[in-house]
Amino acid sequence: MTSPTSSASARRPDRSAARALIECRDVQKYYADYHALRGIDLTIREGEFFSLLGPSGCGKTTLLRTIAGFEDISSGVVLIDGQDMAGVPANRRPTNMVFQSYAIFPHLTVAENVGFGLRRDPRPAAEKAAAVEEALGMVGLKGYGNRASHALSGGQRQRVALARALILKPKVLLLDEPMSALDRKMREQMQVELIKLQRQVGITFVLVTHDQEEALVMSDRIAVMFEGQIAQLDGPEALYARPASRRVANFIGVMNFLPARILDETENGVMVDAPGLGVVEIPSRNISSADPGDEGPSIGFRPEAVSLLGPNVAAQNRVTGGVIDEVVYYGDMTYYDVRLDGSASFDGKSRPVRIAMRNVFGREVQDVGTRTRVSWSPGSLILFR
Amino acid sequence: MKGGGLRAYALIYLLFLYAPILLLPIFAFNSGTVIAFPLKGFTTDWFVQMAGNAAMRRALTNSLIIATSSAILATCLGIFAARATTRFSFPGKGPITGLIMLPLVMPEIIISMSLLVVLLGLGVKLNLLTVIMGHTLLCMPYAVVILTTAFNSLDRSLEEAAYDLGESKWNAFRLVILPLVMPGIISSLLMSFTISLDEFIIAFFLAGNEPTLPTFIYSQLRFPKQIPPIMALGTVLVLMSVLLLTVAEYFRRRGVAKTGGTDSGGFL
Repeated sequence: MTSPTSSASARRPDRSAARALIECRDVQKYYADYHALRGIDLTIREGEFFSLLGPSGCGKTTLLRTIAGFEDISSGVVLIDGQDMAGVPANRRPTNMVFQSYAIFPHLTVAENVGFGLRRDPRPAAEKAAAVEEALGMVGLKGYGNRASHALSGGQRQRVALARALILKPKVLLLDEPMSALDRKMREQMQVELIKLQRQVGITFVLVTHDQEEALVMSDRIAVMFEGQIAQLDGPEALYARPASRRVANFIGVMNFLPARILDETENGVMVDAPGLGVVEIPSRNISSADPGDEGPSIGFRPEAVSLLGPNVAAQNRVTGGVIDEVVYYGDMTYYDVRLDGSASFDGKSRPVRIAMRNVFGREVQDVGTRTRVSWSPGSLILFR
Repeated sequence: MKGGGLRAYALIYLLFLYAPILLLPIFAFNSGTVIAFPLKGFTTDWFVQMAGNAAMRRALTNSLIIATSSAILATCLGIFAARATTRFSFPGKGPITGLIMLPLVMPEIIISMSLLVVLLGLGVKLNLLTVIMGHTLLCMPYAVVILTTAFNSLDRSLEEAAYDLGESKWNAFRLVILPLVMPGIISSLLMSFTISLDEFIIAFFLAGNEPTLPTFIYSQLRFPKQIPPIMALGTVLVLMSVLLLTVAEYFRRRGVAKTGGTDSGGFL
């Protein structure tokens, strides 16, 4: 059962009832004068694929290293599996980490790397070797054990790092920007493999990334961080469709913003007037907060939430006229910058909006300067106030 | 021919640099007692004489003790310094590093004189130990530079990864960092050994009555009769240096190949 407010969707198992595995309570971290983490409250559930997403310097890596035990916290509590982690060093925590550089030991073979954590394991050598082989098989590197680790490709190094961490069966696997060293094709392939691997082993994964697309593809839930604070914690769909603030909306994908005037509060939402769109009622679930720096309320919508109408297509929603300012052709998609009629009516500043159209068979790419019609529905608009 | 001038220049340069060294074995096997052409006959007497010289053997033993001790001391201290500067930040790091590097640019004669004054002032007896202290001071900058480069080239997360996988901090260092900086440690040992072995001024000032190879050779040059055996000694030293460098280079290249690094040049 998926409740309307839950972030879980059909393609992801609903873990809203799962037990909390990691809990951060008002975690603060100072580096001398620099306030890196400003009161992090966070619960990560067992078996979840959780992402910490944010621009560089937002504190996401610091938070991950805090969970791993590499950084002490200035105040607050970190619990893993109900146990307070204060004073527990990284080598005694039930967490293992995949580093950004993978940190493969270059002087050891692949098998020695993967088996490194088993050194203290009292099992006989043959059993340990079998465990190493099993871990290598899990990441698709069966038979690579005797290879020199420095001769591996980027993708293979990542697999070795994964096997080395997973062989210890940690309660949490921490991944620090694991895809940033891979090229685009490899990255997309590893993303899918990582999701599959996570489902197979059932271990909680916590991923740090600055790549919003990566976070959307892989995560059950995402915490978006800015300046040491969590700006929004939600599932990918909710995060994309209903960003809590303009800043989150800007960070995740592209969003058009138009200034808005609030006319009236209604039973179901708010009546607003926006240039080019006219008077619209925004349902209350589509109302988000503005950020401190914003100049008044604004209306936002995604480029694919509206569409350009061809010359002979009948409109099914509300329609606004406009002129195409710019056309960016991507092969599968075309991006149009469209100047909506009346978009300058507020303050004389004309703001073209970006509209994304899939280049399906039979749909022609429209030219710059063409008069066009834009179809949109009030339900796809978000009010930031 | 294009570049002929440069070629000739390079050839003359190399000749000027190495031809004198080639003269060592030539006169070491020459039966004449005067170091001059034409050569007389072939002999190995000088080597026998040299080996039979008790003072020379004593000087050689002293030099080996001093060079080995200084190399080990400078490298150990260098490991501490290099690890501290590459891994941690602490107040006064810049000035401290600068002071460690100072002997590199300070005239050796000043170091020797000031050390001598201090040691005599403290009433310390001059012997091999005082030379070892002086040579350690002298070798430290070289050791620190070599070892800092070695430590710096390591990814910091390697150690964290070992720690994260359950090892203690010491084991993480011993199992991961130490093997990876081993080529640097060997380089530092060899470099310090070589510097100490042929160092003259500090040895001359601080050794008291103990001879080292350089001071012994210098003292023998006053007696023309002693020069041919010194030539034989020089020949042995050249051969030993070549052997040492070859062995060092072999291990360095093997280390590079083992960790898959790119060869960024070495001794040879």
